[in-house]
Amino acid sequence: MWVYEKKLQYPVRVSKCDPRMAKFLLEQYGGADGELAAALRYLNQRYTIPDKVVGLLNDIGTEEFAHLEMIATMIYKLTKDATVEQLEAAGLGANYAQRDHAMFYVNADGVPWTAAYIQAKGDPLADLYEDIAAEEKARATYQWLIDMTDDVDLQDGLKFLREREVVHAMRFKEAVEIIKADREAKKVF
Amino acid sequence: MSANNQLREWYPFVGPFDPCPPIIVKTYVVPPNQYIPYQPMNLPQFPLDQALKLGTLWPALYSPYESKCGTGGPRP
Amino acid sequence: MSEKQLDANYYAKLLELQQLDFALLELNLYLDTHPNDMQAVTQFNQLAQKRQQCAYHFEHQYGPLMNYGHSYSKFPWQWSEAPWPWQV
Repeated sequence: MWVYEKKLQYPVRVSKCDPRMAKFLLEQYGGADGELAAALRYLNQRYTIPDKVVGLLNDIGTEEFAHLEMIATMIYKLTKDATVEQLEAAGLGANYAQRDHAMFYVNADGVPWTAAYIQAKGDPLADLYEDIAAEEKARATYQWLIDMTDDVDLQDGLKFLREREVVHAMRFKEAVEIIKADREAKKVF
Repeated sequence: MSANNQLREWYPFVGPFDPCPPIIVKTYVVPPNQYIPYQPMNLPQFPLDQALKLGTLWPALYSPYESKCGTGGPRP
Repeated sequence: MSEKQLDANYYAKLLELQQLDFALLELNLYLDTHPNDMQAVTQFNQLAQKRQQCAYHFEHQYGPLMNYGHSYSKFPWQWSEAPWPWQV
């Protein structure tokens, strides 16, 4: 089970009301390579991956939920007191028509999240290589998002999240090595 | 590691009929994890305050990235 | 406006906890692929102890950090009180 902790993983700040950036950040909220997809991908794969790497999938999957909460916090703060006119000008008019200021699991284009974004092949190498690719894609998305804002506070949180993708990719690569080496040849590392 | 040694450059072909002003040099990032097959034990660590700030405990895994906003990069 | 106001000390203490927890998370992921690194296990356990003390003091001042019985509550029930993490 999971126990909630009433704090963010990283102190999220934004320095201005900016619904335009909020809309783009949705890519990491309900997008194909976003944090929701990442969390659900890893936590689902853990049931059928060799025991030796279950812990890693479990722990990275859990961290992704902390990242999802950070992205939500950014979107929440960027749109909190935005007027209808501001939301409309930022391309969030359709969102307002459907749900006022509420967030939803859609990507930056407004397309709802779908399980078709993620895979579980039941083969450890296939699954881990998908995970590595997902981390690299999320890293790239963070780069493009950082490029789109001059808000240094927002950039700061996005840079943290981008670095986490680099570390996760590193760990998944190590998991591949563990899978490759596991032939009762213990303690290689 | 500095930002520079993680950046790679390439020079796309510039056609005579491309209407947008050409970007002569394009860049992409190769983060340091690409060169570490398996993280060695006992690597130097950042102090804890810096580790949180930078997003990793290990300088060897740190990949800096600066915004291109306002630099005339991809976004006008 | 909600009557509850957070002081500078709240943010400083929260940051301290976030720093400890981040190092623990990083070491946790690292140990998932390096289970035989004794020095890292030792560092993990030391930081875990430090974290426990830090969280204890934070909770005493600002209320429970965790639900379902992993934190104590004063009366009346504190868990459901604002602010929530995305609000601070």
